[in-house]
This record gives sequence, C-alpha cells and structure tokens, in this order.
Amino acid sequence: MISDKVKLQPEVVEAVVIRFVGDSGDGMQLTGTQFSDTSAMFGNDIATFPNYPSEIRAPQGSLYGVSGFQVHIGSVEVSTPGDNLDLLVAMNPAGLKTNLHALKPGHTIIVDSDAFSKKNLEKAQYETNPLEDNSLENYRVIQVDMTSLTKEALKGVEGLDNKSITRSKNMFALGMVYWMYGRSRDYTIDFFKKKFKSKPHLIEANTKVLNAGYFFAETLELIPNAYTISPAKMRPGTYRIIMGNTATAWGFLAAAEKSGLELFLGSYPITPATDILHELVKHKHFGVKAFQAEDEIAGIASAIGASFAGDLAITTTSGPGLALKGEALGLAMIMELPLVVVNVQRGGPSTGLPTKTEQSDLLQAMYGRNGESPVIVIAASTPANCFQYAYEAAKLTLEHMTPVILLTDGYIANGSAPWKITSLNDLPDIKNRISKNASENCHPYDRDEATLARNWAIPGTPGLEHRIGGLEKDRITGNVSQAPENHEIMTKVRAEKIKRVQNYIPEIKPEFAEEGDLLVIGWGGTYGSLHSAVKQINEEGHKNIGLAHFNYINPLPKNTEELLKKFKKIIVCELNNGQFAKILKINFNGFEFLQFNKIQGLPFGNNELIEEFKKLVE
Amino acid sequence: MEAITEQKYTFKDFTSDQEVRWCPGCDDYVILRSMQKALPEMGVKREDVVFISGIGCSSRFPYYMNTYGMHTIHGRAPGIASGVKLANPNLSVWVMTGDGDSMAIGGNHFIHVLRRNIDLNIVLFNNEIYGLTKGQFSPTSLVGQKTKSSPYGNTQPPFIPGELALGAGARFFGRIGGNVPKEITQMMIDAHKFKGTSLIEVLQNCVIFNDGCFSNITDKDVKEDKQIFLEHGKPMIFGKNRDKGLVLNKLKLEVVTIGENGITQEDLLVHDAKEKDPTLHQMLVRLEYPVATGIIRSFDDVTFEEREDALTKQVKANSKFKKTDDLFFSGETYTVK
Ligand SMILES: Cc1ncc(C[n+]2csc(CCOP(=O)(O)OP(=O)(O)O)c2C)c(N)n1
Ligand code: SF4
Ligand SMILES: [Mg+2]
Repeated sequence: MISDKVKLQPEVVEAVVIRFVGDSGDGMQLTGTQFSDTSAMFGNDIATFPNYPSEIRAPQGSLYGVSGFQVHIGSVEVSTPGDNLDLLVAMNPAGLKTNLHALKPGHTIIVDSDAFSKKNLEKAQYETNPLEDNSLENYRVIQVDMTSLTKEALKGVEGLDNKSITRSKNMFALGMVYWMYGRSRDYTIDFFKKKFKSKPHLIEANTKVLNAGYFFAETLELIPNAYTISPAKMRPGTYRIIMGNTATAWGFLAAAEKSGLELFLGSYPITPATDILHELVKHKHFGVKAFQAEDEIAGIASAIGASFAGDLAITTTSGPGLALKGEALGLAMIMELPLVVVNVQRGGPSTGLPTKTEQSDLLQAMYGRNGESPVIVIAASTPANCFQYAYEAAKLTLEHMTPVILLTDGYIANGSAPWKITSLNDLPDIKNRISKNASENCHPYDRDEATLARNWAIPGTPGLEHRIGGLEKDRITGNVSQAPENHEIMTKVRAEKIKRVQNYIPEIKPEFAEEGDLLVIGWGGTYGSLHSAVKQINEEGHKNIGLAHFNYINPLPKNTEELLKKFKKIIVCELNNGQFAKILKINFNGFEFLQFNKIQGLPFGNNELIEEFKKLVE
Repeated sequence: MEAITEQKYTFKDFTSDQEVRWCPGCDDYVILRSMQKALPEMGVKREDVVFISGIGCSSRFPYYMNTYGMHTIHGRAPGIASGVKLANPNLSVWVMTGDGDSMAIGGNHFIHVLRRNIDLNIVLFNNEIYGLTKGQFSPTSLVGQKTKSSPYGNTQPPFIPGELALGAGARFFGRIGGNVPKEITQMMIDAHKFKGTSLIEVLQNCVIFNDGCFSNITDKDVKEDKQIFLEHGKPMIFGKNRDKGLVLNKLKLEVVTIGENGITQEDLLVHDAKEKDPTLHQMLVRLEYPVATGIIRSFDDVTFEEREDALTKQVKANSKFKKTDDLFFSGETYTVK
C-alpha cells in the first residue's frame, strides 16, 4: 500500500542518502553494506555510517535496541554519510520512531507493516499506529507486509526454520531498494554463494527473498523521489570499499613491509578500536605479531618492549585506554623509542558514550602525561585516509625516534568509503635508524643533527649493549643523571625534536579560498562534514570562505600563522568543547578564534554548519 | 639461542661502568654478583642478554649489567619483557623485580605472564618491604609487621609468592636465600635452561628497613634445620644431621625424624619438580617449617612463542598473501577508468 498524500515528483539529484533501520537482529548492517558495496561497484562514490546500540542484544523491538546503517551514494564526490534522508527503510515501529526526524519532508518511508503489531507499537511507545493515524501524512509511505511476503517466497524451500525465514526479510527490503535505484543483484547473490558455500539451501532462500523484493518493487513500479543514476567521476585507479579501522591496520602493514621491520601490536579490546586488533590478528602470513594483553598498560608495555627489540611497535585503544597508557607513553618518550599509539576516540569522559563519536581526547593526547612529555600528534580525517596517516605515523616515529599518537574517531573508524588502493611502490620510503654496528653508535643518545633523532641500537647487536630507562639521562653518555642543567637541556631537546618535525610535514593548504572573509578550521574526522558544508556555501555564492583542515597537530604545520592572517574571521569547528581552539590560542596571539562545538556524540550536520557560517559572512 | 659462543666470558664482562648504589650489606649485591657469575656459564652472547626491571631498589639492577637493559616503570616489567621476547625470541630476557613491583602495582601482569608461559626468567627480590620508598609494608609483609605505613602493625595478610605463582600457573618456581651466592647462581643457570617462564624468589634481606626479616630461616647456623633444600629426584630430607624429612599424612605434609617410630629414609617423599599436578608443590611453598627452598617446580610445557610460531608457520604456508599488495588488491575491488 502506498499513501498518496504526497505527490511524487521524482527529481534527478547528484546524491541520495538512504538509511536502513530495524531491530539489532534484523540484519541492517548487512543490508546496508550490501547496498553500499553494490553501489560502489556500480561506480558511485559512497560514504557509510553504521549506528548500533551499545547493548549487544538489546530487547527486541525496544527504542534503544534500534540498529541502523546509513549510506550516501553519489554521482559526484560524497564526503559524509549525509544528514537528511531521501529514503528510510524501517523494519519495525521503534526504527521508524527513532529515525523519522532525519527524513526529508515529502520523501519515502518503506516499512514492514507486519512488524507494526500491538506489542511492537507499545514497545516503541506509540499510542496509536502511525501507519493509521495520519501522523505520516507529510511523507510518502510504502507499506509492505514484508514478513508475510518473505514467508510466501520461501514456501517449498527445505530445511528452514521459522526464525531463519523471518530473519531473511531484510533481503526483501534490499531487493526492493535495488530495483528502485536500478542496481544489479549480482554482487549480493555472489556474496550469498561465498558466505553459505556449505549451506546451499541458504543460498537458495536468500536469493529467492532478494528476487521477491526486487520483483515486488518492479510490479508496483516503485520509483524513488530522488534518483542518482550515473557513476561518479573518480580519479582513475583500482578501488575497494574500506572501513576506517581496516585502513588504519593496513597502513601499518604497509609501513612494516616498507621499512623492513616486523609489526608488533600490543592491545586490549575497547570499542571502537577493537576492529584494528581484529584485523591485524589475521595477518600472521606477514609475520604480524598481534598480542592481546591483560590490560591497556600491558598492551603498551609489550609494544615498548618490542620497539626496544627492533620491531615496528604499535598499540591501539580508545580514550579510557589512552588514560591508562599515559605513564608508559611517557617512558617511551623519555627513552626516545619509536612507538605509535592509535586512539580511536569515542564520547567521554570516563566510559562516556562508547559507541558514539567525539573529538574530546585531543588535549589528553597532547598533555595527558606527567612531566614535560611532548609527542607527535596527528589525526586521520576520512575512513580511507586512515591508511595514509597510519603509514605516516609509522614513518614519523621511525625517522624521528619519538612516540606518535594517531587520533581517529568512531565516525571514521566505523564508516566506510572507496579507497584508491595504494601499492607499496607508490608509498614514500621509510628509513629506520637501526645501528648495524658498534662504530655507528657510541652513545645511546647521540643524535642526528637535523632531526635530533637518536640512533636505535637493538639487542642482538654486539658492542652496542646499553641501558635506558625512565630516569633522566646524561645528554651525552645516556647514563642516569640528576644534574640540574642537564635535565633542562634534555627537556628542551625533547621538545625541539618534536618542533623540528615541522620541517618534514606538509604545509597546510586551505581549500576553496586562499584568503577572504572566513576561515573554517577543523581537524580529524570532521573533514567530510566541513568539506561538504564549505563546498555548498561556496557554490551558493560565498566565494571567500576557506577550509583549513588539520591532520598534523603537534607540531602544527609551519605556515599556520601565515594562513590565519589571510582571513578576516576564523571559526574552529570541533566535536568537543573547544580543544583545538585552545591549542591555537596558546600558539597564535592576536587572533580571535570563534568556535562551533557540538558534544552530542554525533557528527556535524550539514545544515547546522551552513547556518553558522552564513551568520558570520552575511 | 645461537650456538654456544667460542668466547668464554668472565663476570667482569657483565659488569657495567656504573657505580652500584645499594646500601652496604644489602643482599641485592649478592644477587648481582651471582648473576654476573651465572651468565658466563649459560653460553649466551652478551649482546643477546636483556634485563628489564620496574621500579624499586631491586629494579636498579639493569644499570649494573653490561648487557642490554631497560629500567622501566613500576610494575610493568613483565609486559615490556614479553614484548622484547616476542619481538626477538633469540634473546635471553630477564625480569628483575621487587615484591611491591611484582605483586602490588604489577600484580596483574605478574599473574598473566606466568599463565602465558613465555620463555622469560623472573628474579623476584622479596624483602617483605618497600625499600626504595623507605619502608612501607608490601604485599608480602607479615601481619603485625611495624613499618612506616603500619606503625601499629600491619593488618593486611600477605601473599606467599610461590602460592600465588603456582596458582597463576607457573611452570618453574624456585626459592632461595639471599645469602647463598653459589646456589643463587646455579638456580639462575637452571632458570635460563628452562623453556618457559621461570620465577626465582630470593629471600632478600633489606638491611635498612627490614633487617633480619629472614634470619631465622637463612642464617648460617639455622638454615639447615629451618630449610629443606629440594632437589628433583631426591628424598625430602633436611636438618643439620640429615635426620629429618617430609612425609604425606592425609592431606598434610608432616615432619618426621628418621629412626623414630620406625621411619627410614625410604618412607620420605621424593621430590618430583617435573610433575604436572602442582598440588604437592603448593603444599611445599606454603610450608612454614621447614621452609622449602630449591627448585620446587619445573614442569616442561609448551611455551606461548611455540604455539604462536606454529600457528604463524601454518598460516604462512596456507596463505595466498605474500606481500601487502596481494592483500590490498584481493577480493572485491573495482576499477575506475
Ligand atoms: C606509579 C608509581 N607509583 C609509585 C611509585 C613509588 N614506588 C617506587 S618503588 C616502590 C615500591 C618498591 O618496592 P619493591 O617492589 O618491593 O622494591 P624494593 O625497593 O623493595 O626492592 C614504590 C611504591 C612509583 N615509582 N611509581
Ligand atoms: S633500602 Fe633495603 S633493599 Fe634498598 S638498597 Fe637499601 S638495603 Fe637494599
Ligand atoms: Mg621490596
């Protein structure tokens, strides 16, 4: 049944946003992934974002048990999963209730009307059935008795119990959406063949349901409000869809191979960082040593040990874990060993919002250690460039012999996007500082003149036996020293070493405008949101709004101050209470840094950004 | 470990140029010298030896060894040492730790390293006190012990390190007085030879803050009567006159005298350090009279690295991925022209 309250005027648009929502057990993540992968294969640019409850098995039908997957597909570049929906697929009342607000007025909702039972309506706290009480009259509602139609389609397929029959209704919905957007079913059917290799009845069942949904939509000629048909213009190359956390893991794999070192990961599971561990444990074929330790401290401790012994060592965590690693990170810093700490940020403080995104660990990354203990801090800004910045983190730590914190966040870590695959040959060289023989390295703290990086003398090398540790060192011999002037000198040398990294990182280049009225500043995972907002506002005629998005935070790019001077107003946008703005204020005097902050565990919305920027230029 | 070196080291080769800063008379000197003497006997190259410590008087140890070493942070040496060993299994890796370092702040790492059975050697300097911070009670201090943080007597019952270690799955546990360098040296050599995590508890006298804490067990004139020095395959016999021994009476160890009540040497228990079941080893570590010393447990088991190594070989053999590019370009990719 299709409500005709809204007149459908299909329009061709460059991009559409679709969200699949349902119960945790309804398979929404799979449905969404299939749709986005199929679209990517078709040639669209895509950005996705899963949103699931922190409860593993939340009660069925409950509002907080709703799981969703949003995908943004475009015939143009898309840089975020999008804010406002063109199509909402809701498998139950709770999903409808919690997601309706995001749907554009006049746009389409597909619901499984079978799921709108009295019990489910109550669980979703609906007093009356929204499918019957006219509350949806501003939308185009397509009611499909999906559960019944799925059962119907599966009549005669042997070996299926009731549960698996109802479970496959998500494929009915997917089939419908495939028809609506003119997508091929082949990729998904191939997926069934691989996934259920040894269970042919499941291949048959899922394919039947997918087809049933597809033909159902065809029969009704279900047309979406908004079309996006053509493939996007993407740079030529070979692509794959990648999740941020996978890209991070792969960046380190590449860095290990390029530098000729073995990769060691010491880690303790924590949302949303665990998938990096899950990914790296698979890669024993590359000799990866992924060690699940008893806690975060042992995770970083084992990495420090591996680093001392000559591995490319990393540790991965999220906010609370970074807090636990603080003391050990200070140790790695004073010992001047290479080490990468990945912090996939989530909502804080304390346990905070474990499954939501935030950028509130920036100051912890910068200053969260005792004593004067600066480290390099960099941040990835898209799911795909997690690869590039993981690689860069490894390169910097190995070449500068000081720990690096790589910040990502739940949003880009769980989001996925096309990644133009980078072959190892196309990556910059990494030169590690391992001393091969005694003549190269007289003292552990002899330094390279340009970078101030010390040499790396690893156990097993005759003649280079030495002791290092957490106590202050004599700047020449490396022996323990309490001498007052020495401590001051060493403190300054360690700071200067970080500062000199400026000479080895790219300058910041603004996008959209080199100078002008407003400079929008962001860092890390908000790139997609800020980029699309500034792009849109420029297209609307405000030609002098620039975007400076920072990936290098400590040290900041050399030309930062110069850039700030070129704009009349500056606004720093962050998903926290103003942490990067604080850093800019400390570093650059005489500027007014306006702030736009959001602390809701959610990414920026396009409209809220545009509204804010317009206020500042009009 | 690579083939035994041609070169024969002496203790001097393992002595660093750093001035030793422990209080005169501290047993830590004995342990240091025992180690410097043990290493030349182990047949390892100097560059393959690594000492890792946490924080405490005992943890100053690596600075005095002319090998690779790291003096790290309080309690975390087992984690760091694990990383060193996993990165390079060819190394002989030693954890030097105190009773506070290992069983208070580092308690979690201590039990887990023993559970995993990585081929590391741990030397626990048990002085039943916090030395470096000048005399607070530790997790091994006795109830009633007066310390700076327990002026009226300690109210926290202690761990028995061996009991904790065996409970955590330790495969090798030895206990030894801090005043018997030859025996310490030998135990270090045995620990080195043992494949898996080995733990040596040294009953270490702190002359400043807990002087005499073990003298009723370790002093020359009492030690033979108060200690039973266990050796694998030998009867559990002790005493100046070698006339006392241990038998099992129901679920308890009992001290008997040879020649009394018809007891002969044949009736005594024979020490089996290699037994998998730790029940008897547990009884031995808990025994208050006599105090069991020597290698109480030495059970050969698969190490963590062996398991990991076997898995890695298997995965490597079956994998189509040789280079990262193989992985990156595998599976669902698509080309944009
Ligand atoms: C994080 C941290 N907490 C506390 C300390 C202070 N501290 C240093 S050593 C020590 C106790 C050492 O006792 P033990 O391990 O028994 O070594 P000992 O000095 O007796 O050899 C303490 C509490 C520290 N260095 N670091
Ligand atoms: S305080 Fe005690 S343990 Fe520390 S060096 Fe002095 S005697 Fe040895
Ligand atoms: Mg102590």
